[in-house]
Amino acid sequence: MEPKEIFEKVTEKFGGKAVELQEEGFRPAFVVVSPESVREIALFLRDDPALKFDSLMCLSGVDYKDRFAVTYHLHSLSVGHQIGVKTYLPREAPSLPSVDMVWPAANFQEREAFDLYGIVFEGSWDLRRILLPEDWEGHPLRKDYKYPEFYNGIKV
Amino acid sequence: MKARAEALPTQEMLINMGPQHPSTHGVLRVILRTDGEVVVNARPDVGYLHRALEKIGERVTYAQYMPFTDRLDYLAAMNCNAAWAWTVEKLAGIEVPERAEYIRVIVSELNRIASHLIAFGSFTADMGAFTPFLYAIRERERINDLFEDICGNRLTYNYVRIGGVSADLPDRFLEKTKEFLDYFEPKVPEYNNLISYNKIFVHRLANVAAVTPEDAVGYGLTGPNLRGSGVPFDLRKNEPYSVYPEFDFDVCVGTGERGTLGDCFDRYMVRINEMKESVRIVRQAIEQIPEGPVMAKVPRMFKPPVGEVYFRAENPRGETGIYLISDGTVNPYRLKIRAPSFVTMGIFEKITKGLMIADVVAVIGSFDIILPEIDR
Repeated sequence: MEPKEIFEKVTEKFGGKAVELQEEGFRPAFVVVSPESVREIALFLRDDPALKFDSLMCLSGVDYKDRFAVTYHLHSLSVGHQIGVKTYLPREAPSLPSVDMVWPAANFQEREAFDLYGIVFEGSWDLRRILLPEDWEGHPLRKDYKYPEFYNGIKV
Repeated sequence: MKARAEALPTQEMLINMGPQHPSTHGVLRVILRTDGEVVVNARPDVGYLHRALEKIGERVTYAQYMPFTDRLDYLAAMNCNAAWAWTVEKLAGIEVPERAEYIRVIVSELNRIASHLIAFGSFTADMGAFTPFLYAIRERERINDLFEDICGNRLTYNYVRIGGVSADLPDRFLEKTKEFLDYFEPKVPEYNNLISYNKIFVHRLANVAAVTPEDAVGYGLTGPNLRGSGVPFDLRKNEPYSVYPEFDFDVCVGTGERGTLGDCFDRYMVRINEMKESVRIVRQAIEQIPEGPVMAKVPRMFKPPVGEVYFRAENPRGETGIYLISDGTVNPYRLKIRAPSFVTMGIFEKITKGLMIADVVAVIGSFDIILPEIDR
């Protein structure tokens, strides 16, 4: 199914919660949705018989300097089409619902985004730091991250 | 009898398996909660090799990032090199000369054989049979020799470039590769006679940690791990890139031939069979490779257009996806590597529940994870 048709299907069902379609320069194209409706839209994308996005390829946090974003790259093994879903978050206290009940593959990648960007995924079954030590301060992939001089009293 | 059982203390034990443990294929720590020999819960703890490769990517140019991709999956560095090049070329719309694409496919498939040989060898060594490891290393050595002829390196090749490859194939390379394939092809049945259908080996693997096709898709397993669960999905066939549509090969899937569909034995067998398919691809590529240049014209100050792209390639350990955001400058704005082993570890806690401790080793080996790629 073409990105345009998918976007129309989502807007038909969720109205204003699907904000826009980013097509020019984006491969795959992104359906931009509002953060609080991520989980219901994810469920719809997975369960709708014409869409059937059963596989979450990649979940990623992004820092666009003025705001954060979380992107989901979806693929359907049975239908064979792809789409991206993107949601923008404010820089202050970014949080959105977790989708690990929709695609279990999301859990590890949500933990990664939490670890490196400080984005909180509400309702996640296990949200802890994954790559960095648990006592690490700050979130290194943020564009305004300051490199620490000391870690546990040791100069880095 | 009853009284004696009550006298025995049966408390759960917490055991650290790793980070330094021979069977974890690197620095992986598994926190085991055990009841006797039975695993109640096995929680993987990753991140010991974190080198911030994604953050580094935001500070170097597109071409400078190539050597870092070698350090992702060091057993399949050619595949990682090529995946990075394909991603940037997709973003910038660079046309690559056909000869370069054929060379990339030849080296990728040779590297896939080498990687599967290590998977096969170290897995059997984990299971207590050390001899097959020596057989596997012997064959892999010849592939390393071939790569040394190409680029001078034996592990981290840094051979592929954005727009082509760094140098054309050396003299007699194709003949030497053909000689290797003639030598290697009969070895695969030899491995099967040596170990694959050995009764003890089969008993260690069959019916252990079976992953259903639904779980495999839901948890994001890819590559041989997904196909081991009977899902016939291969990016080279289903989402063809480069010159893969030119070649005739089969997608190997698990069939549950010795036990349940998707068990450790199925995943192991998929890798063994895939080596034969890779041989077929390389043979066809050698027949069809055209003459011509091996490098497209790419400006020295390379600035791709503004945009976002997600590209995925079928690497030996599954789908290596790269999500790349360009803001039109010489450095990537954001670079996310979706490493197959990282996502695969997500299912680990679920399928190891109730297994014996020795089976946890079988699960790690059958998933063929590699730690530098998990930790990045």
